[in-house]
Amino acid sequence: MSYIIQGETGEWEVVIGLEVHAQVISKSKLFSGAATDFGSEPNTQVSFIDAGMPGMLPVINEVCVEQAVRTGLGLKAQINKTSVFARKNYFYADLPQGYQISQYDQPIVGEGTIILDMPDGSTREVGIERLHLEQDAGKSMHDQHPTKSYIDLNRSGVALMEIVSKPDMRSPEEAGAYLKKLRSILRYLGTCDGNMEEGSMRCDCNVSVRKKGETGLRTRCEIKNVNSVRFVMQAIEHEAMRHVEIYESGGDIKQETRLFDPNKGETRSMRSKEQAHDYRYFPDPDLLPLVLEDELIERIKADLPELPDEKKDRFIRDFKLSPYDAGVLVADRATADFFETVASGRDAKMAANWVMGDFFGAMNRLGRSIENPPVTAENLGKLLDLIADNTISGRIAKEVFELMTETGKDPSVIVEEKGLKQVTDTGAIEQACQAVVDANADKVAEYKSGKDKLFGFFVGQVMKNTQGKANPAMVNEILKKLLA
Amino acid sequence: MTRLTDLTMAQARDGLAKGEFTSVELTEAHVKAMEAARGLNAYITETPDLALEQAKASDERRRKGEAGAMEGLPVAIKDLFCTKGVRTTAASKILHDFTPPYESTVSDNLLKAGAVSLGKTNLDEFAMGSSNMTSHFGGVTNPWKRRGDDSPLVPGGSSGGSAAAVAARIALGATGTDTGGSIRQPAAFCGIVGIKPTYGRCSRWGTVAFASSLDQAGPMTRTVRDAAIMLGAMAGHDPKDSTSAPMAVPDFEAALTGDIRGLKVGIPKEYRPEGLSDEIAKVWEQGIEWLKAAGAEPVEISLPHTKYALATYYIVAPAEASSNLARYDGVRFGLRVDGKSLDEMYAKTRAEGFGSEVKRRIMIGTYVLSAGYYDAYYAKAQKVRALIAEDFRKAYETVDVILTPTAPSAAFGMGEKMDDPITMYLNDVFTVPTSLAGLPGLSLPAGLNAEGLPLGLQLIGRPFDEETVLKVADVMEQAAGFTARPAGVEG
Repeated sequence: MSYIIQGETGEWEVVIGLEVHAQVISKSKLFSGAATDFGSEPNTQVSFIDAGMPGMLPVINEVCVEQAVRTGLGLKAQINKTSVFARKNYFYADLPQGYQISQYDQPIVGEGTIILDMPDGSTREVGIERLHLEQDAGKSMHDQHPTKSYIDLNRSGVALMEIVSKPDMRSPEEAGAYLKKLRSILRYLGTCDGNMEEGSMRCDCNVSVRKKGETGLRTRCEIKNVNSVRFVMQAIEHEAMRHVEIYESGGDIKQETRLFDPNKGETRSMRSKEQAHDYRYFPDPDLLPLVLEDELIERIKADLPELPDEKKDRFIRDFKLSPYDAGVLVADRATADFFETVASGRDAKMAANWVMGDFFGAMNRLGRSIENPPVTAENLGKLLDLIADNTISGRIAKEVFELMTETGKDPSVIVEEKGLKQVTDTGAIEQACQAVVDANADKVAEYKSGKDKLFGFFVGQVMKNTQGKANPAMVNEILKKLLA
Repeated sequence: MTRLTDLTMAQARDGLAKGEFTSVELTEAHVKAMEAARGLNAYITETPDLALEQAKASDERRRKGEAGAMEGLPVAIKDLFCTKGVRTTAASKILHDFTPPYESTVSDNLLKAGAVSLGKTNLDEFAMGSSNMTSHFGGVTNPWKRRGDDSPLVPGGSSGGSAAAVAARIALGATGTDTGGSIRQPAAFCGIVGIKPTYGRCSRWGTVAFASSLDQAGPMTRTVRDAAIMLGAMAGHDPKDSTSAPMAVPDFEAALTGDIRGLKVGIPKEYRPEGLSDEIAKVWEQGIEWLKAAGAEPVEISLPHTKYALATYYIVAPAEASSNLARYDGVRFGLRVDGKSLDEMYAKTRAEGFGSEVKRRIMIGTYVLSAGYYDAYYAKAQKVRALIAEDFRKAYETVDVILTPTAPSAAFGMGEKMDDPITMYLNDVFTVPTSLAGLPGLSLPAGLNAEGLPLGLQLIGRPFDEETVLKVADVMEQAAGFTARPAGVEG
């Protein structure tokens, strides 16, 4: 799949690299014991360290280190046994220390790979450049008071993983697929909740364009802090167009940092390269180099869950699902687990169709989630069993499914209560068929004179008269005999 | 009986133990002396009421048989250590009204050992200086004067207030911090003992940071034994400081065996630069003779990268300082000077809050870390620092301890050497290499110069071998028989 911008001077391709800030799931912050719960009252989760008080010193939180290693392993990346924390120096009101503790030339995780699952079922590989640990800053609030700014330091010092991709993406769709896949992996690993609305996953997009066939990279612009997959795709699309327009009108792109305005759907300049901070990185003398023992890495490796790519392969192999279906089902770990519960011991293709069709439909319609599903996996499985053993037909099953979402009841109870059990009694079906044939002598004549299409009419009438409970296969068979 | 303020810490400890006097009496005597000696400006904040309260509690503990290693002993705390509920200024205007809600590990260790805190001593602003003249609260007067000359002298720096307080008998001992010589040089200028232990021996938690990879706390006392006692109480592994060494604290006092026979003492030839004053050379020679007489063996050694140490230090320390001092921005605590924008508030606050030496070092530090200069300065300085450490490592393959002068001169006059920062920086020429290598260094008074001012000698040890340093210092102290005291401080 190639994404080409058709300009006046020829075809352009877009080159995209993403930097994702993923908040580490941990009870306490990267260098202090303060809590990390989202949505707490401002400035209630702040230690003296997070507030940059004189003489306070950082102490590394081992849980955060393990989470970074876990993520690195999940991204099939190089784990660096020695990494170094560095200070990134700049002044801002919500940066209490006057520097952010980050990692610079020696990150904890090196190169890795992410496999993108594209909507057409194909896959693409995107390289990971690095992953490093760093502290988050606090939050400035400029809208609480007419003349003052307020600072909330709850977030100050919270551990982030900055995950930097290689400039391997070539379309907004690939960028979207990258984010979704990365989020999926992080959630599987339990290292980041991936919640972009709450800001626990944020994305900076590096975008440049080049003429099709060019090998070098042109000047890029960085779009900061885009907070949804959709906005990332919009921002890239807009930014790439802007570059093409500037090049084609004879201009040049200046390297700069830009902001995306979701209301206008466009990016605007935030600061130019000349205005860029000189961060004066240097190794943080308050912290020793971070040295990882082999045992720790091995222990984490041994505890890794099955990740989406492996799960997808297994679903294709064991359940004979299409790559597309498998990809959809494994994107979310809970969904995959739900599907596996439904599919276990049953027709997997049928299970996949039900989960991705009626079940997802009901979930979306009712605003529910996989954690709070409209129908439990056990009950959906039982419904499939009722179809498989001919207790109900597929059509009745849809009706039962609706009743299950409304009542939460066991499908067999619903079938019993509503008398929806399929009629498989040959005599009863023969009777119903005979009645339809008798009542429609004219149609029978037409059918017999060659109007084959009328067969469906007779089936429909029988099903209608039996409230859909007659076994359709038997109805077909008997009607054929009667109309022969 | 000797006046209570004239006792050594060990004598006071024994007197308290025998019930010859109480901590309240000992503390009251020091409080009185402290008030009488206010002219020295040794303290920024005196806490007599708190001291007496602590002394009372100490006497109570002693009655219950719960005496700690420093039980009831009144000491002074350099105003760089954060003290819970007691203003902590770092001698800077920017922190002039800052009262920490926490206690530094070192001062907390002392309090837990039973010590009584008399107050917070003066220092160079943010511990940046060698004269105590950069303090926002004014300079400290050295209790010592040149013979027949009443002009005031500096106590050295940055722990000038601590050194002056101990020399003037207005504290039994005091905490200091040493980044490039800030314990040892003022100890030498004031005729007392000061030891900067190995980097990592004392926790830095709760001490206002100057240069994190160099800062170390240590005791300043009138005797080597007192230094051993006080260091033992201050030191120890602290999980809150990642650079604190996870090592047990030895019984430093037990190391003072008086026996240094067969010990090899390195005499580095690079510490005899051209222009070294005769009086310094002489006292150094005298020190070597004392060691020989005690059965130790002087060995000439070479520390070839010594000449680069000062330049290296004045890159590394300001670089770290420029970052460490970024938190003083007027946003959360300390001085704030309002401005029309955030940037203007920063600029005004820091322009008004920091003195000129602090600003100079922030500028130097910012410069050496800047894009395009980092490799030429900071990265290179780190390489040289490693070479300096390697010099010492090699030397310790053949010697057990190293003897050098502490400072290139005796105390100088207040206001002298203020025009040219380089002249001031040269004060640290003998102490800075030790700091860069993270080694323990001790200064002890070895004699008086022709003008009657004390001169110090420095002993440098292997990493975490403060015991040998203290043992040798104890022997030298006895040989020196340094009984001189500042004019006006009677026996």
